[in-house]
Amino acid sequence: MATLHTVNKSPFEKNSLERCLSTAKDGSTILFIEDGVYSAVKGTKVSSSIEAALGKHNVYALKPDVTTRGLSDNMIDGIELVDYDGFVDLAAECSKVQSWL
Amino acid sequence: MSEAIKKFMYVNRKAPYGTVYALESLEVVLIGAAFDQDVSMAFMDDGVFQLTKGQDTGDTGVKNFSPTYKALGDYDVNKLYVEKESLEERGLSLDDLMPLTYEDEDDDWNEKPSIKLVSRSELTDLMEEQDVLMNF
Amino acid sequence: MAIEVAGNTIDTDEEGYLTNRDDWNEEIATAMAKEDDCDLSDNHWEVINFLREYYEEYQIAPAVRVLTKAIGKKLGKDKGNSKYLYELFPYGPAKQACKYAGLPKPTGCV
Repeated sequence: MATLHTVNKSPFEKNSLERCLSTAKDGSTILFIEDGVYSAVKGTKVSSSIEAALGKHNVYALKPDVTTRGLSDNMIDGIELVDYDGFVDLAAECSKVQSWL
Repeated sequence: MSEAIKKFMYVNRKAPYGTVYALESLEVVLIGAAFDQDVSMAFMDDGVFQLTKGQDTGDTGVKNFSPTYKALGDYDVNKLYVEKESLEERGLSLDDLMPLTYEDEDDDWNEKPSIKLVSRSELTDLMEEQDVLMNF
Repeated sequence: MAIEVAGNTIDTDEEGYLTNRDDWNEEIATAMAKEDDCDLSDNHWEVINFLREYYEEYQIAPAVRVLTKAIGKKLGKDKGNSKYLYELFPYGPAKQACKYAGLPKPTGCV
């Protein structure tokens, strides 16, 4: 099974998202958590790279972290929200987890 | 004691929940407000996320401190400079920020907006005017 | 530390402030005041309830200067001054009233 990549840093502050996207193999899963959920917002300077990634990866964002930051209405279409149980399911389904910090 | 009033600027560059900087900064500002200095806050880079509307921490269980920014006016902290370029890079505009206001003592307590949008170069000039800069 | 109210034990910190804000009720406020030899009058309650509303809205306990100004605006000049508030709460209006209101100590209060 594919790898689950998690990104927990803001894409505007660290290059974690950029390195994740350039490293992750097609077909792998990407999950944004904590400040990583800012990657999922529409109309930002990184949103085109996420839109491109949607064609190659299953992209998720952790819902509690999205609502905490007030981003629910501004998400890029095609990014699926998961709760904590969904996070566990993704981690269990994937063969391994790579955490981009 | 007749000490001169100094210009203090608190510079906020971090998103609100991933690290504790934003909350710490806000607490320092509220405590520092007791010293009657000329206080302003700057929000740039991910710091602009501190002021966004609609934050709801019910599902993560962390403290939602965004309502506290609305109390800054009561503490006479009413110059909140937000850098335009930082907002734009993040797909945000003034409408996405909480409408923060203060009551102007010198103008019959009229309610006025505290948030002032400034460009990167205007912010540079404002920083140049300060006596003390504190970065979070 | 803890306070006993109507047979229940409610946790407080070492200075007597509630550990969990959700534990608060009026009986607890009355019991806390009693420990300080203070009988809560309507005037006390006015300030306590004001503080609880302020916290609900802004998520902080206001500094005494802010409290005084805000009380003055809401309840009138004769109440929005430190003399009045210190008479009601001799241990410091923000500090003592916040305790009875089940709030944390005001930010910056030592």
